[in-house]
Amino acid sequence: MSGPFVIVGAGQAGVQIAESLRQEKYEGPVTLIGAEAHAPYNRPPLSKRFLLDRPELAALAIRGPEALQRRQIDLQLHTQVTAIDRQSREVVLVDGRRISYGGLALTTGARLKTLPLPGAQLAGVFGLRTIDDALNIGAALDHCLSTAAPLVVIGGGFIGLEIAATARKRGIEVTVLEGLGRLMSRVVAPIVSDAAARVHVAHGVRLLFDVRIAALEGRLGAVSAVRTADGQLYPAGCVVVGVGVNPEDSLASAAGLECERGIIVDECARSSDPLIVAAGDCTARRRADGSLLRLESVQNAVEQGKSAAAALLGRQRPFTAAPWFWSDQYDLKLQMVGLSQGYDEIVTRGNPDQSAFSAYYLRAGKLIAVDSLSRIADHMNARKLLDRGLTPTAAQIADEAFDLGSLLRA
Amino acid sequence: MPAAVQVNCIEPNGQRVKVLISDGWSLMQGARAQGVQGIDAECGGACSCATCHCYVAADWLARLPPPGESETQMLLNVAAERRAGSRLACQIRVTAELDGLVVEFPERQV
Repeated sequence: MSGPFVIVGAGQAGVQIAESLRQEKYEGPVTLIGAEAHAPYNRPPLSKRFLLDRPELAALAIRGPEALQRRQIDLQLHTQVTAIDRQSREVVLVDGRRISYGGLALTTGARLKTLPLPGAQLAGVFGLRTIDDALNIGAALDHCLSTAAPLVVIGGGFIGLEIAATARKRGIEVTVLEGLGRLMSRVVAPIVSDAAARVHVAHGVRLLFDVRIAALEGRLGAVSAVRTADGQLYPAGCVVVGVGVNPEDSLASAAGLECERGIIVDECARSSDPLIVAAGDCTARRRADGSLLRLESVQNAVEQGKSAAAALLGRQRPFTAAPWFWSDQYDLKLQMVGLSQGYDEIVTRGNPDQSAFSAYYLRAGKLIAVDSLSRIADHMNARKLLDRGLTPTAAQIADEAFDLGSLLRA
Repeated sequence: MPAAVQVNCIEPNGQRVKVLISDGWSLMQGARAQGVQGIDAECGGACSCATCHCYVAADWLARLPPPGESETQMLLNVAAERRAGSRLACQIRVTAELDGLVVEFPERQV
């Protein structure tokens, strides 16, 4: 397809597409439209360092506005797209303006899941997705600290646990209420959940599992406690809800693109419309076996972004690398690569009791994923082992004296 | 307003770019925000991804604090060739003493 190219969504994936178009020597018009008022920024620090020492906002920038301008990328911030008119090849803005495209990229991200509970709309109840969310949570944590009020986190997933860790570092009392029987259960094995739980408990977090929330209680319009189905009341100066996201596919879906909890794309980031590509959290990637893969990660945004830019220029650049993720909680560095669903064997390397180990997941004797806790070298080796389809023997994995990197040099 | 430190970046295509980075920022933050090419920085500066790999010029290397244990381990498996000057740009804090620093960014980060 040919330009002009319009990108809806100015997050990690959107910026990547714009930059990659220029790197691929496309010199025509590129418009990058963002709904937020902030120039494109990194989200990962928002649940961690940003809540700790609140650095200046500019330090979060992926690319500053001037850097984009120098590359003739037309950045339109605070601009809501309300529809895609595929017939006339235009996107429609909230003020009625229309922008024509020759090729369109959708990088609309994800939206937070919310709790369908009484009191969920009270002041002091937050989700975390944007800088504005993080600024609000930061201010609420300041308030918790000055009034000695506890933070209650609903959801023991990555975001909830990262915020819990940050709040503990600041000296705030923290309770985490998890609906299932262990932490991060959607992603990691019980042995990893248990190790993370021990670290949080050691740092003074109160962790509760299999909790059913009944309501958020308020006083004068602000949240004051979380009430559980068994009648317990957990006092709260503020509440952070971290129960996941849904892909933001409403524009695509309203325009008739094939969607199924995410804009369906192939491994080259192409949607069901030959003029439209999509990348990042908003996508559901159709794999060779027909199943759909939804990833919420920076790697996915960046790599699919590169694929999407190539596709806009009529080239094929499939994204097939093993997915990887990370989370920092206190000094615990959790790094994950591959997808462990369906494993039938776990082999560990290192010492699970000291929260410094890696769990190697195998299915039918083949390595499919590795979770590492403060074992950076294991993680880096695992990324390469998986990308090359190599499986160490169980004895090699368990033997710390054996250098797994040597398999890569064989 | 903190003082700005001049850093000379060499992009993967050989292009030289001078950037001014605020004292106290990381090299990765400053260079990337200003559009320097060749930095992926997928983890946003947490020393978790090794995609802000750079080569610090030989005469500057000894003037930087040495890499910590996390960085040393991440450097074991960077995507591009590892050289004597290999560092992760997110772990280099820009200070006045580094005015004039020369760093090169490699062809690939993943």
